[in-house]
Amino acid sequence: MTTNDLLTVIVTIVLGPLVGGFLFGVDRRLTARLQGRYGPPLAQPFYDFLKLWSKSRIVVNQSQMMYVYGYLAFTITALCLMALRQDLLIIIFVLAFGGISLIMGAFSVKSPYSNFGAQREILQMVAYEPILMLAAVAIYLKTGSFMVSDIFSKLQQPLLFSLPLIFVALLIILTIKMRKSPFDISASTHAHQEIVRGIYTEYSGPYLALIELTHWYELLLVLGIIGLFWATSIWAAAAIALAAFLLEIVVDNIEARMTWSWMIKFVWSTGITLSVVNIAVLYLLR
Amino acid sequence: MGLINTARMKSPWILHYDCGSCNGCDIEILACLTPLYDVERFGIVNVGNPKHADVLVVTGPANRRNQRVLRNLYDQMPEPKAVIAVGTCACSGGVFHNCYNVMGGVDKVVPVNVYVPGCAAKPEAIIDGVVKALALFAPANGKEAAK
Repeated sequence: MTTNDLLTVIVTIVLGPLVGGFLFGVDRRLTARLQGRYGPPLAQPFYDFLKLWSKSRIVVNQSQMMYVYGYLAFTITALCLMALRQDLLIIIFVLAFGGISLIMGAFSVKSPYSNFGAQREILQMVAYEPILMLAAVAIYLKTGSFMVSDIFSKLQQPLLFSLPLIFVALLIILTIKMRKSPFDISASTHAHQEIVRGIYTEYSGPYLALIELTHWYELLLVLGIIGLFWATSIWAAAAIALAAFLLEIVVDNIEARMTWSWMIKFVWSTGITLSVVNIAVLYLLR
Repeated sequence: MGLINTARMKSPWILHYDCGSCNGCDIEILACLTPLYDVERFGIVNVGNPKHADVLVVTGPANRRNQRVLRNLYDQMPEPKAVIAVGTCACSGGVFHNCYNVMGGVDKVVPVNVYVPGCAAKPEAIIDGVVKALALFAPANGKEAAK
C-alpha cells in the first residue's frame, strides 16, 4: 500500500460522512419542498447524529452492539475499496456482509418488530443481490476485468452507452438500498403504525447514531457504483450519481409504499430481464 | 458540550402517546406536522418508537388502565428526555377529573416538564411547549430540570 493509497483511505473515511450527511440533508429539504413544507436545515442529519451520539446507552444485549460495529466496519471497508478502485465483486460481497451484520443485530433481540424488519431486510437483499451480480458480470464483459480501475482506464466511452438497461436496473437497486418508497419496507420510515421502525426498532442512542453514520457511507458507495457508468472523469461520475440521487428523491415522493411480495416480483422480473437482455445484446454485438 | 447542546435543541424527536384523550388534542398535534405548521423546520420528527424519542407528548388523562403503558414508554426512552402534557385532560384530568377510573393528570404517573393547557390545545401552543421543553436540555437549566 503506497502513501497515496493511505491518503485516499483517510480522505474517504473523513470526508465520506460529511458528503453523505449533506446529501441526506438535501434529501430531507427537497422532500419537504416537494410536499409543500419548508423543511429542516441542511445540517439536520448532523444535529440528529450528534444528539443521538450524546444520549444514554441502552443496549438490549452485547451482541447487538457488536453487529452495529460490524455493519459500520464492513461498509467503510467497501467504500474504501471503491475509493482505491479495487475489485467490484469484492466490494459487492463486503457490502453484503455489512447488510447481514445489521440483520443479525436486529435478529438478536426479541422484539417482533425488529424481527419483522430483519426478515424484510433479508427479502430486500434477496431482491437486489442478483442484479448487482449481473451488473458486475456485464461490466466484466465490457472491460475484461472486475477491477474498478480498469473501468476508468480502459474504456473509450462511458459504460452507460453499452449498458443502458443495467443502469436502469441499478437505479431500482439504489431505491432499495436507500430504503425509499416504493421499497420503504424493512425500515418503515413512513409507517410507524405498521412495524414501528422495523429493523431499527431496538437500536437506540449512540448505536442508532452509528447506523445513521453507516447509511451516509453506504449511500456514497451505492452512488459510486452508479457513477461508474460515466467514469470518463471523476466529475462526470459525480454528476451522474447526483442526478440519480435527485431522481430517487422525486420517485420517493410520488410513489406509494408497496409490499415485499410486490418488490420481489417487480425487481426480479424487471431487473433481471433488463440485465439479462443487456448482457445478451453485449454477447451478440461482440 | 456547546455543540452537543445545540444538536439536542435542534433535533427533538417526539413520541406521541394518547392516554385516553378524546382525539381533539391528537388531531392538533398531527396538525403541527402538516405544511401549515411544519414542525420539521425545527428538526422535530414524530417517531413512533420510545427508544428513539427525546420528548414524550402525552394527551388525555392518566387512568388506571393505561398508566402501566405510559410508565413503560417513559422508562424505555434514553436520557436526556422531557415530558409534555398536552391539553387540559393531560394537565389535570380535565372534565374526567373525578371519574372512578381516572387518576388525574399525567403527572400522577410520570414527571411532567411542561404543561400545555387548552381544550383542545392549539398547534401554536404545542410548538411553544416543545420549545420550552427544549430549553431544559440546555446546561444552565439542566439542574433545575433534574430537581
